[in-house]
Amino acid sequence: MLEYEKNIRFKVNNREYAVAVSADESLAFVLREKLGLTGTKITCEKGECGACTVLLDGRAVDSCLVLAPDIDGCEVLTIEGLADDKGLDALQEAFIEEGAVQCGFCTPGMIMSAKGLLLENPDPSEGQIKKALEGNLCRCTGYYSIVRAVRSAAKTIREQASEAK
Amino acid sequence: MSHKVIGKSELRARVIDKVTGVQKYAHDRKIHGMLYAKLLRSEHARAKILSIDVSETLKLYGVVAVVRGEDIEKPMPRFGSVAQDQPLLADGEVKYHGEPVAAVVAQTYEIAEAALKTIKVEYAPQPSVCTVEEALNQDIPPVNGGESNVFRQFDFGWGDVEEAEKQSHYVLRDTYCYPMIFHFPIENYSCLAAPEDGGVVLYSPIQHPHLLRRVVADCLKLPFSKVRVIGEEIGGAFGGKGYAKAEPLAAYLALKLRTPVKIAMDMDEGFFMARRLAARVDITTGFDENAHITFQNIIADYLIGAYADAAPRVVQKAGYLSGGPYRTPHAKMIARAIHSNTVSSTAFRGFGMPQLVWAFEQQMNQAALHFGMDTLEIRRRNLPYKGETLVPGDIPVDGDWHEVLDKAAKLLDWGKKQKPGQGKSLAVGIKTGIPNSTSNAIVKLHSDGSVTVNAATAEMGQGARTVFAQIAAEKLCVPYQLVSVILSDTGAAPYDTSTAGSRSTVSMGTAVEKACEDVLLQVKELAADLAGMDIESIEVNEGVIRAGEREMTYSQLVQGTYGPNQGDIVGRGQFRGDNTKGHLLGGMADFYEFIIVGAAVTVDEKTGKIDVDKLVSASDIGKVMNHLQAKGQEEGGMIMGLGQAMMECMRYDPATGRLLNGNPLDYCVPTAMDISDEVAGVLIENADGPGPFGSKGMGEGPAIPVGPAVGGAVFDATGVMLRELPITSEKLFFALKDRDKNKSVS
Repeated sequence: MLEYEKNIRFKVNNREYAVAVSADESLAFVLREKLGLTGTKITCEKGECGACTVLLDGRAVDSCLVLAPDIDGCEVLTIEGLADDKGLDALQEAFIEEGAVQCGFCTPGMIMSAKGLLLENPDPSEGQIKKALEGNLCRCTGYYSIVRAVRSAAKTIREQASEAK
Repeated sequence: MSHKVIGKSELRARVIDKVTGVQKYAHDRKIHGMLYAKLLRSEHARAKILSIDVSETLKLYGVVAVVRGEDIEKPMPRFGSVAQDQPLLADGEVKYHGEPVAAVVAQTYEIAEAALKTIKVEYAPQPSVCTVEEALNQDIPPVNGGESNVFRQFDFGWGDVEEAEKQSHYVLRDTYCYPMIFHFPIENYSCLAAPEDGGVVLYSPIQHPHLLRRVVADCLKLPFSKVRVIGEEIGGAFGGKGYAKAEPLAAYLALKLRTPVKIAMDMDEGFFMARRLAARVDITTGFDENAHITFQNIIADYLIGAYADAAPRVVQKAGYLSGGPYRTPHAKMIARAIHSNTVSSTAFRGFGMPQLVWAFEQQMNQAALHFGMDTLEIRRRNLPYKGETLVPGDIPVDGDWHEVLDKAAKLLDWGKKQKPGQGKSLAVGIKTGIPNSTSNAIVKLHSDGSVTVNAATAEMGQGARTVFAQIAAEKLCVPYQLVSVILSDTGAAPYDTSTAGSRSTVSMGTAVEKACEDVLLQVKELAADLAGMDIESIEVNEGVIRAGEREMTYSQLVQGTYGPNQGDIVGRGQFRGDNTKGHLLGGMADFYEFIIVGAAVTVDEKTGKIDVDKLVSASDIGKVMNHLQAKGQEEGGMIMGLGQAMMECMRYDPATGRLLNGNPLDYCVPTAMDISDEVAGVLIENADGPGPFGSKGMGEGPAIPVGPAVGGAVFDATGVMLRELPITSEKLFFALKDRDKNKSVS
């Protein structure tokens, strides 16, 4: 155990938090154990499986590999923050619609990786989707339905954006 | 007959929870005052334990207790579903790399984990065995004592194989190998035990809650009524979370320390929990001059690991069907469960069949070449028709398997010309449901007209919860959204054999269906009572009760009977599988799970690289209960099969018997980049199954024959017949070199 402790302030799902963290704590640990946000899953803790993926300042990251002291002043979006008063995010809707959820354990990380992709690239090709999700392991679906869901959500989001113009 | 809810892609139960992060799994569960246990695991494949020094560990802040095998009262409590052979903690010796030797119980997970490093164990290593060949070598003492490592042997067969061999026109004899495979659930293993009422409550992501209850009760000498298992929503299981793992130890620690104890594993520890049985299959098949099978003679040697777990049952049940899906006039099968100093093995999607299917389907491709026959045609000639006998004394063929074959061939564009380097193949997957099983369900119709189903089936992503809600909604004519399904609590749900063998739709589905019928009968009785009429005069249609001129809703009936806002109508239903006396498996199969998978590949001959262009499946499932979920099982199963076909393999160091790749970096499973470019499937519905609405079991099927589908496609593309999985590019590269060398010699 390291003795070092640091008080950090950061935003999670648009809410301000101030917590004391030690140097060896990961963002995933802080989210789950200190903030009670257990939607973010922990599996491999090595950045291999992607179950703990969240958005850190808009970019998809493995939260098990991010050290908690480094997130001082950052903005985090987790699966719990994706839906709002207006309803589910287009990705959540598409995952349901396409049957891209089975046991559901990889789902939060998978959706957050897809969210990161669509923020960067609103019209990804099938190959780009597969590449972006390569780091998120799913043992149930065989990925086909997940790829279909991301394509479908991307289309919905683009249509909504063009309607808004 | 048209259905309102069955067959529709109704919303997966709790899917909103799953996409919003609301869904809780075992790992998320905490109880006030809960302690964490972490396990110290053996570094050796086989060793005597000379001493375990925990003096430094006990001094650490936050450490509550350290328990070693020697600290547990003797005789050491042991557990297991087939044999009670697994000690709570190693009892003076270790039998595989990763076996738990001590448990540290601490205030936090992190303290417990760090404390493990302070335990000093002195071992005296012993020679170990980690392959079938080594295990059958008599020079090394058997893993569990006795005369040999052959723990169980099962003999099956019919006819006269020796005579049939003499009469055969062509005989093929080959050996096929299937490696150890890890289930690799994305949710790690964990469980939580809390003392209660002189017994224990166990929270676990367990497939078979009643079986776990029995195993823990037997191990700790508690009555069943004092062990309550609450099965959590499972984050992937595939057979790996069927049988007791750390639960007996968690229960023991909770009772000993009189406080809740959680054992949470990391992913690497998962590799020490369970795996698929490795197998070496010697298969001899005879054919007549028209390529009809004349006999099969099979010796299937399964490497089961240090302890029995469910492996002997896997060996027995698969061995029974090792003749495969074809007409076999004469058959002789020997299936052996062989101990080794490796992780114990258990059920895994297909229950011993993928190992056999790999052998007999690759051999069919080989035979087709000999006869100069299309690989589709040789299968067509040997596949039985509906009603024919497959295994004497068991149910006849229960589906139109030729329809399945033809539809799969069509999906794969069979007969279409291919470019050089391209190849395609179909492979048949088959298995039987679980014989002599029981399921019970309770359906409660509430006073507001909504419905709750109680059943002990586990939800692990296969979609049982959704299907049961659909059955109840259909039978009772209530809106699907008004049905809740509470699963897996042995304190609330009646007995169920297991969530395994693709049985839940058929078995528990039937129990739910019958419980709904029981509810409807009671509805009529109560309505007759209320209206002062005969029960025969009561009609229930579309959820509306008619008693003469009077019409009532369910809600009005319940409240009319029991008073405002009071009462439930409670229905019970049961499914019993066949239990024919003297049957070798305890009873006949409920159904055959029959599927054909096809693969189209392109091989780069220079490098051995294999691109899987297309995967297809055709499944005989009787009736689709939920289209989206059924399709999900097909696609997901094929990719699980593809991993086993092309990349997955647990590797043991032959020198030390240590597992070399027990982590997610070194053990590769398919990612989104590894799937085929195209996928297609067809679900065949002839409503000829024993389950509700004519359904049969499905879900395991698509994972079973992917190995020989890819292997056959590679054979088609290159002429190279591989007999050991996985088919890696490296393996193919060297096999292609050998092929070319032999060509130039001849």
